[in-house]
Amino acid sequence: MSTTIASLTAASGPLAAGTAAPDFRLPSTPDQLVSLSEFLGRPVILVFYPSDWSPVCGDQTTLYNELLPEFHRFQAEMLGISVDGAWCHLAFAHDRKLKFPLLADFEPKGSVARAYGVYRSREGVSERALFVIDSAGIIRWSYVSPIGINPGADGILSALEALSPVGETKE
Amino acid sequence: MKSAGPSLTLPVSDRDHILGPANAEITLVEYGDFECPHCGRAYPVVEELRELLGNRMRFVYRHFPLTEAHEHAEMAAEAAEAAGEQNRFWEMHRALFTHQDSLDRTHLARYALSIGLDTARFAHAISERAFAKRIREDFMSGVRSGVNGTPTFFINGLRYDGPAELRFMADAIEQVLGARVS
Repeated sequence: MSTTIASLTAASGPLAAGTAAPDFRLPSTPDQLVSLSEFLGRPVILVFYPSDWSPVCGDQTTLYNELLPEFHRFQAEMLGISVDGAWCHLAFAHDRKLKFPLLADFEPKGSVARAYGVYRSREGVSERALFVIDSAGIIRWSYVSPIGINPGADGILSALEALSPVGETKE
Repeated sequence: MKSAGPSLTLPVSDRDHILGPANAEITLVEYGDFECPHCGRAYPVVEELRELLGNRMRFVYRHFPLTEAHEHAEMAAEAAEAAGEQNRFWEMHRALFTHQDSLDRTHLARYALSIGLDTARFAHAISERAFAKRIREDFMSGVRSGVNGTPTFFINGLRYDGPAELRFMADAIEQVLGARVS
């Protein structure tokens, strides 16, 4: 398993299971900021995707929107992240009626994607990557999908199940 | 945890809506949404495949309504099940896919009448949401099988990732059969 430091400096792949999830603070709307550390105490699903509006992202966010009740059964919060700006996210979320926050990894561009090892420097966007972080802030599962392929939700649900049995409430 | 080659986790069984013989060489499963335009375009493709393959293929339809995106998708799926309860699932399936822009309750009642359903029984099933649980089962079985949008097809249990077009789907099926179908 790669070490945290190696993964961070080389950015040669997604941070692996067992790594502490790097904290961040990003705009969720033009006038609101969200930190990962706010969610300590419950699982977080980080969904990195290349950009708002592209057809595959559309399907992916639509699917996750539909599955929010399933994720909430695990007390898990879902956060979408791309390099798009907060106003773009706002328009996209409104158009797709999304019920989970989209965070703007916009300035400095892609810095959170880099920290997680999922930035594509050549295109200037993040990979299509998923991270499931446990209630203590440790990455328990990560996955990078081929950029044109919607990774679905199966892996996320399996990772959440591995964290705790369904119905177990965590304080 | 699997990362490639998603496959069907809920085997085809008596609970399913199936067209074609149980011993068919090919089982094509679709996870679909009656309001999804891509599924609407895939409908005639599936019909053509059924015609081309005859008894060599059976077709299974499962529900994957994206209700946050399509406001009528859930009720349309329930209407298909309510028709299924009266042995008219496929007639309703056709009515829905050929009238995707008219899926409100009034139109559903009209389709129920036109395919010869007991309309009182149909209306009761819709009001009671008698089939909501079954549709959720279909949906979650799709999620756990790697369905990532609609339509998603499985050919003999393996997810098909190509375009929902006749040429590509026929090619994929031919590969499984090891023979030309057209």
